[in-house]
Order: sequence, then structure tokens, then C-alpha cells
Amino acid sequence: MSKAQDTMLYLNGVSVAFDGFKAINNLSVIVGPAEMLAIIGPNGAGKTTMMDIITGKTRPDAGDVLFDGRTDLTRLDEAAIANLGIGRKFQKPTVFESHTVWDNLELALKKPRGIFPTLFYAADAPDTARIAAILDQVRLSHRRHELAANLSHGQKQWLETGMLLAQDPKLLLVDEPVAGMTDSETEETAKLLRDIAGTRSVVVVEHDMSFVRELGSRVVCLAEGAVLAEGSLDQVSANPLVIERYLGR
Amino acid sequence: MLTQALFRALDRKAIWLIGIFLAVAILVPMANLLIPPGQFGHVPTYMVSLLGKYLSYAILALALDLVWGYCGILSLGHGAFFALGGYAMGMYLMRQIGSRGVYGNPVLPDFMVFLNWRELPWYWQGFDNFWFAMAMVLFAPGLLAFLFGFFAFRSRVTGVYLSIMTQAMTFALLLAFFRNDMGFGGNNGLTDFKDILGAPIQAQTTRAALFAATAIALALSVLVCSGIVNSKLGKVMIAVRDAESRTRFLGYRVEYVKLFAFTVSAIMAGIAGALYVPQVGIINPGEFDPANSIEIVIWTALGGRGTLVGPIIGAIVVNLGKSWFTTTLPELWLFALGALFVCSTLFLPKGIVGLWHQVFGRRQKSVETTPTQSSDIEKGEDTASFGSNPQPKPAE
Repeated sequence: MSKAQDTMLYLNGVSVAFDGFKAINNLSVIVGPAEMLAIIGPNGAGKTTMMDIITGKTRPDAGDVLFDGRTDLTRLDEAAIANLGIGRKFQKPTVFESHTVWDNLELALKKPRGIFPTLFYAADAPDTARIAAILDQVRLSHRRHELAANLSHGQKQWLETGMLLAQDPKLLLVDEPVAGMTDSETEETAKLLRDIAGTRSVVVVEHDMSFVRELGSRVVCLAEGAVLAEGSLDQVSANPLVIERYLGR
Repeated sequence: MLTQALFRALDRKAIWLIGIFLAVAILVPMANLLIPPGQFGHVPTYMVSLLGKYLSYAILALALDLVWGYCGILSLGHGAFFALGGYAMGMYLMRQIGSRGVYGNPVLPDFMVFLNWRELPWYWQGFDNFWFAMAMVLFAPGLLAFLFGFFAFRSRVTGVYLSIMTQAMTFALLLAFFRNDMGFGGNNGLTDFKDILGAPIQAQTTRAALFAATAIALALSVLVCSGIVNSKLGKVMIAVRDAESRTRFLGYRVEYVKLFAFTVSAIMAGIAGALYVPQVGIINPGEFDPANSIEIVIWTALGGRGTLVGPIIGAIVVNLGKSWFTTTLPELWLFALGALFVCSTLFLPKGIVGLWHQVFGRRQKSVETTPTQSSDIEKGEDTASFGSNPQPKPAE
């Protein structure tokens, strides 16, 4: 347990199997406060399953999953984990399509989530300013009153990132944030994530190696549900195992 | 600020609707009571009760729309909540009969005397008091919905499985209420009512007052629903409908959101049932028939779910059709209803309201979307336009 101290996310010996198939096999990963970690690995390496375990969607069969050095995430459900301060962006951008861009952010904004506070909620000036600031940051100000369904794929990615910011989480789990983005958008996203990692912990799952290079963070390569290699991107991509099982393919 | 403007715009729509039903609450009884029969504009008393029945159905359809159209819970058992509200009202009306029953028993309703019951069962106590009965109109369906919803939503039963469970619930209640030893009059139900609040229930003025009460209740239901769906909670409900697990990952307890919508909706359905019973003069287990619950879904689908006005229009239009068909071509009604459902699914996915928007809203809509579409073309440069944006009005 002492190793878990001063970590934001602590996974130790986590395993989960689906119908006998070991999706995650004795996985141990540590993310420190205000640290960025990039996770790479071939398809089926267990990247998304790891996210599912952290956010409470999947229960691990064994292992510890601790948040902020003390909270056991395996006992909590999705809503409770989200309210602890863990935000997640999905691989496929998932925004509320029949709501406007503004409403999407208002729903994500960190506020009491109970039924009655939500029913009687009225946006005050700080809330409005906060949403406007996020809209600026994700460059969607000009589309604020449009339905999210009308956004392009890249803009939906941005909106979801904006929703993540509005949640004001301590730990962000970002699954393939630049899929479907142009090169300049990818660059902007890397910059944004680096900014965020100045104050919060960020875990990014990505296939785009040039993007991972731009993040300039510690890299973990997963394969078959376990850590294959760990270190800087150069170290990891020079690792013969990684070349054989992931990069070489 | 802009969202507040949006709030106001949406409220205006509801205010129109509320205004119309309040006007109807005054005008129809006046046309019945003040204009003598035979003169132009007179509304016969039977028509007042018929319209009152339609309006109580409209409340029921609106209640279903709150859970189905806004929260994505397709309940095929809303007739059960309607019937429970109706039974609570029926029990009050039975107690009002007093010694005027066939057997002249001052306390026991006729069917209990007939079954040789010696005393009133405990669950009939208190129903001689109007306000207690009205509290039960809210409480009985509300409690059932709360308990059912608590277990179903907590176990994350969704979609067609939930629909089947609601259907099973109303069918189970149908069978239970058919039994004589349940103490609700068996398959005859509760009928032969005499008074409500001391006023003879058949009297023209009572009928007019019941109609007015129904129209006012409908106006209040619109107000409550509009308040809910325009609040942030309403937006969460729509979020649950469209992307349930995403909503969970934002930290909302989806099961509580659903439970709230389901319980409020059941209470509204109960109120509708309580207003329906004195106007048609009977409540029997047939109201629990699963087919009734499915009919409510058809009203809502035809009118346009996910809107406040849609289910009201749907309930009134389908029931007008039903009244006409069942008098002129009774054997064809079910075919017509089926055809209506098939056609509305195939050609009117957004119901009558959607058709209205398509026909009359097109010109307005194209004007609304033009500025945003042009901004889409010059994507990239237009971040500078923030702040000077001339408030494009969102569609709906």
C-alpha cells in the first residue's frame, strides 16, 4: 500500500478475463499527480479495458485500483468514480447529439449531480463565463448554439475534450483524441493536453506515433493485457519486444 | 444569457398551450350551461363529458411522453398507473353512495354486501374523505412506480426488457383486480356513483365542473412537464435517452434520473385516471388491459413524442377517430388503429408535430440555419467571429 502513496492512479496486479480470455493480465501502472502518461500498443492489448476498469464499467477479477493513493475504485460505480474527479473521453466521440454545443458543456460542468439541484439549476455568471472560456479553448465559440449532431468528427472530438475540461477532473483518461483530425488539429490537441497536464494527471491512449512524440511524456506499451515496455518514447520504440509485437507489424 | 433567452422562448410555447387549455376550461362549460340547447354554439352535456375524457387521456399521453419521449423509457404499462388513480377515485365515489346502494348498507359498498363481507377492509378506510382519496390518487401510482423503477433501473434493465416488464406489471394487476376477494369489485369494478363532494355526479353543472377541472389539470401538467424538460434535469433526461452510459461517465446517476421521471409520470397518469372515472362513471379491471397501455403509446407516437403538444394532439385525434369509428364502423376500429400505427411509424416518425414542422417550418428553418451553414464553409478563420455572433436562433 505504501507504494500507492503520492500517486494519482495506482494499478497493481490487475487481471480481468472475459469468458476465459485474459484481456488484462497482471497489469501494473502508476500515474503520478500532474503527470502525463501515453499508452500505446496493438489492438486487443487491453487499453480500452484498462480504461473500463478505472472508470468502473468493468470489475477486475484481481488486483488493486487506487485513485489519489487511497480510494479503491473497484468498489465504486461509474457515476461515483466520475464524481471523484476522473473524466473520460471515448475512442468514438460521444457527445449528446440532440443538445447544443453549449448545453453539452453545461451538462458536463462540475456542479452537484443530484436530482433536485439539477432540476432547479440556473446558470450563474461564473458558470456562463467558464463555459464561454472552454468554448474558446476548444474553438467552438462560433458553433455554440448548434446541435452537436451537426459538428464534424474533429469538432466532436474537440467538444468532448471541452466536456472533459468542464468536468474539472483530477485525472483525465483520453482514448484516441486525435482520430479523424487534421495535422494542425492534432498539433493543437497535443498542445492542449500538455497544458492540461501542467495541473492534472492525464492518461492518453493513442496509435498516432507522431502525436505521442509531441506529447513528450512517459510511454507505456501494452501487449496482451500486460506492460511490455515502459520509458520515454525513444526507449520504448527501441525495445526489441515492442518492435516485434507492435511497431514492426 | 443566451440560454436564458432560450428558456424564455420555450416557456412561451408552453404558456400558449396552458392559455389554450385554461380558455377551454372556461369556454366549454359556458357553452354548455349558458347557451340554451338547440341554439348555435351549445355544447351538449354528453359532449362535455366526452371531451373531458379526451383531455384526461391527453394528460395520460403527456405523462407517457415524459418518460418515453424525453427519457427513452418505453413504458407499456402506463395504463396501470392510470387505473390505480382511477380506482382511488372510484373508492371515494363508492363510499359517497352510503345507504343509497341496492342493499342500503351505510358503510359497505354493494359488492361487499353481496360477498357477505361483515366489515370494511382496512385498505378501504379513509376513502370517505375526499382529500385522503386524492392523496391516494397521487400516492398509489407514485409508490408502485417508485418501487418498480427502483429495482428495474438499479439493475439496469433497459429497452425492450423493461417494456416487457411494464407490460407484465399491468397484466398482473389486471388479473389481481379481476379477483373478487381483492375487494375492488372484481370484474364489475366500481360503478353506480352518486355524488362527488356532495354534488350529484350526473348533474349538468357537475359534469361542467369536472370538465373544467380536467382542462385545468391538463394545463398544470403542461406547466410541470415544461418546467422539467426545460430545466437542466430535462437536458440530463434527454442525455440519458440518447447516450445513457456517457451520462453515467459524466457523474449523473442515471437510475435516479429515470426513477424521478418515471415516478412523476406515474403520478400524472394517476391524476388522469382520477379525472376520467367520474366522467365515464365506471372503473373496472379492463383499464389494466395491456392493450390500453399500448394504445397510449400509439397516441404519443402519432402526435409526436419528445414534444409537449404532440401527445396531447395524438390523444385527442386518435380518440376522436375511435369515437367516430366505434359508432359508424365498429368492427373496423382495430384495423384502423393498427394502420394508423404502421403509417405513423413509416411516414411520420416524428408524428403530427413533426409533419407540421416539415410543412410549415421549412421556410423558417432554412432562414435559421443559413448563418451557421455559411460559417461552416469558412471554418478555421471564423473563430474571430466569437462575440459578434448575431445570436442564431436554435431550431426548437
